Amino acid sequence: MNVMTETAAAAKTIPLSMRGPAPVQAVVGYGFWLFLLSDIIIFSALFAAYAVLSGETDGGPSGAALFDKTHVFYETACLLASSVTCGFATLAVQQRSMLTAFPWMTATLVLGAVFLCLERAEFAHMLATGNGPARSAFLSAFFTLVGAHGLHVAVGLFWLVIMVLQIATLGLRPMVRRRFFCFSLFWHALDIVWIGVFTIVYLGAR
Amino acid sequence: MNYQSNAQGKGPGITEHRRIRRRSYLIGLFYAVILTLASFWASSTDLIYAPGVPILLAVLAIAQMGVHLVFFLHISSAPDQTNNFLALAFGIFIVGLVVFGSMMIMANLNHAMMPMDQLMQMQR
Repeated sequence: MNVMTETAAAAKTIPLSMRGPAPVQAVVGYGFWLFLLSDIIIFSALFAAYAVLSGETDGGPSGAALFDKTHVFYETACLLASSVTCGFATLAVQQRSMLTAFPWMTATLVLGAVFLCLERAEFAHMLATGNGPARSAFLSAFFTLVGAHGLHVAVGLFWLVIMVLQIATLGLRPMVRRRFFCFSLFWHALDIVWIGVFTIVYLGAR
Repeated sequence: MNYQSNAQGKGPGITEHRRIRRRSYLIGLFYAVILTLASFWASSTDLIYAPGVPILLAVLAIAQMGVHLVFFLHISSAPDQTNNFLALAFGIFIVGLVVFGSMMIMANLNHAMMPMDQLMQMQR
């Protein structure tokens, strides 16, 4: 107890440059946070392209005519729910409890897969009715932005499957826990991007 | 372990108290559901003055992003999270530059461009 308070007091007086290397967990988390921010900047460029081109329909259908809000609502619900189940899986992993981690990871996997299926059905319907990315600048920008997000979700699901396999084979050793932790940050960040997508693309459609 | 990570700062999303974290996900879910329902409602209602709807949607979206950052990613302005917070602020700055800068420049160019039929005549 006494040692703890002394070190805590020392931590405040010792300058940052003299405290030695930071713990691996802090370095990995910070580095991955920087990656996520740069990924969000890539998305911001796609959002800017969409915002500029959203009116250029070339006589084709506009967003308001194409999008089905109930469909988008189900997609949003899936992604939000999967974000929370992913959070619970992270808690279980931090408590080294595989028995609670696996059900939450499975729930995240299923909800993410349902989201991808819904998005795939929407794209397939648009392509079948002749409104593919080649139809107008607006639709090119739409497929690029929403497709890039869907691709990220697909990569995230692939990552999650690998994490399930690694936890099953390697156990919850620190390295595996760090990887799962990075996955959870990635998954939450994708949900934040989706807020922008459903607000600007679907609800803001004119 | 604990004091060491406090002394050197933390990565995003790390808190020690698991009961607080479980509650934080549930609180976050509660706010996120309300804000999502509100934005879907706002986009399809006639009760709100129509030109104001996009502004309301933007406010709701920014609020929900904030909720996700605080309750899911556990970003805060605590002293041991200075690095994460500064990186986030810089990210938001760049995102704002890219999005609003592009929109402003493109609107300006559209405005300054000669109408298409006149342009075609000049090329003849």
